[in-house]
Amino acid sequence: MLEVKKLRKSYEKDRPALTDISFNIKPGTFVAIIGPSGAGKTTILRSLNQLIKDDGGQILLDGNDIRTANKMELRKYRRQIGMVFQNYNLVERLTVIENVLHGRLGYKSTIAGVFGRYTQQEKEEAVSLLKKVGLENFALQRCSELSGGQKQRVGIARSLIQHPKVILCDEPIASLDPASAQNVMELLKELTEEYNLICIANLHQINMAKKYADQIIGIRKGQLVFDEDADSLSEDVLRTLYDQEITKELK
Amino acid sequence: MQSSVKFLKHKGWHQTGIIALIGGIYFIGSMILSFDNAKGLLSVPKAFNWLFVNFRPTASSVEYLPRIWQKLIQTVLLAISSTVVAAIVSMFVALIGSKVTGVNGYVQVIVRGIASFFRNIPLVAWSMILLFSFKQSDFTGFLALLLMSIGYLIRAFMEIIEDEASETMMALKATGASYFQVIFQAVLPQILPSVLSWILYMVENNVRDATLVGILTGTGIGFIFDVYYKSFRFDAAGMTVLAIIFVVIVLETISNQIRRIIL
Repeated sequence: MLEVKKLRKSYEKDRPALTDISFNIKPGTFVAIIGPSGAGKTTILRSLNQLIKDDGGQILLDGNDIRTANKMELRKYRRQIGMVFQNYNLVERLTVIENVLHGRLGYKSTIAGVFGRYTQQEKEEAVSLLKKVGLENFALQRCSELSGGQKQRVGIARSLIQHPKVILCDEPIASLDPASAQNVMELLKELTEEYNLICIANLHQINMAKKYADQIIGIRKGQLVFDEDADSLSEDVLRTLYDQEITKELK
Repeated sequence: MQSSVKFLKHKGWHQTGIIALIGGIYFIGSMILSFDNAKGLLSVPKAFNWLFVNFRPTASSVEYLPRIWQKLIQTVLLAISSTVVAAIVSMFVALIGSKVTGVNGYVQVIVRGIASFFRNIPLVAWSMILLFSFKQSDFTGFLALLLMSIGYLIRAFMEIIEDEASETMMALKATGASYFQVIFQAVLPQILPSVLSWILYMVENNVRDATLVGILTGTGIGFIFDVYYKSFRFDAAGMTVLAIIFVVIVLETISNQIRRIIL
């Protein structure tokens, strides 16, 4: 269970980026955060693993507040929270399997991590996860040789090997062609159910949000204006969210 | 529409004006210095002719080659060793000074300051200053090249880190990786090609500069050139220059090959 209570953040004085954001997400739920550019979607996502330090509120993962954790504790929380990025953020020069294994670093001692010493078990798991995302034949290729959709699947495998409770996806399909985008969304949806994950994705594609998400959170100018089942998303809500008619996206 | 036509017309006038201004400055300048354009132009072929006749290596200058060769190798090794040491020092400093991997704001400002200090003192000045403290030795040349290279490489490495490593660094931080794990698993592998490319460039550059430093500090190929030149053995000096050109071209070819493979 992920509970966010009265989360606040401002980058400049008197110009809040987030005001009192509160929501709850149950395991096994795929959540889409929608809203205009600059509304604060990325700030919310990055506060959830404290890549951005927020100004106040609570972020409870199974009842423990991530915000008050010290450096060591934060490492332990972060390894339970996978992250998937718009630009994949892989080490392009390394092989696919090395990038997947990076997801284990949070569990390793500094020395073992620095020299990249992984156990047999970890390597086997990496291979089986690559099979799961459909890249078993690419394990030893450099990431720079992959297509966008393949890179994103490597990113997903890297987050899965963390054995996460939560996966945060920051615009996971914004750089992908429609076919790859659909594959990635289907994969995320599938994994959410299989591993009973909390999967939170920032999306600009409302049709995708409606099609794949269980729960939708709408953010406008740093405030939460919608938080319900995906089915209850209506044209009225979209009008308030984006300040204009958005009709064809719902079809 | 009308205004953009006007804008382009204006721009044309501006360009004509600037060209006329540059031409005018040239003529006023040569008038003040009483520089005779025609005579200056005519003396160019004459000068080259003199150069060709006097500096052309003759059959007898081949006997200088072993000595030149020995000094040249010494100079190349000096350039390589100073660059390698500079690269190691600079990488460490750049990591603690860059915006993404850096310690904090104060350290960043200090590192930037140090880099620009070393960079902005001319190589010639470094050589002269160091000559007094370290006397005439290879070590003086090594130090002059080292300090200069450090100034350039710190700056270059910091920019490479900031441009190329920030995204992967964030991804690994999000997995719970510690600082050193992120540096060794994400930052260093990611920036390696650009860093090697800069090191190769710096080696080439330092071979060229080592010649000048050698003249000033009395070491390596620069010293031998200086000796031949000042004792009017122009053919031997010419031989030295040819040898330097040859080595620089070979080095550049090699490093271009390496670049093609790693990039």
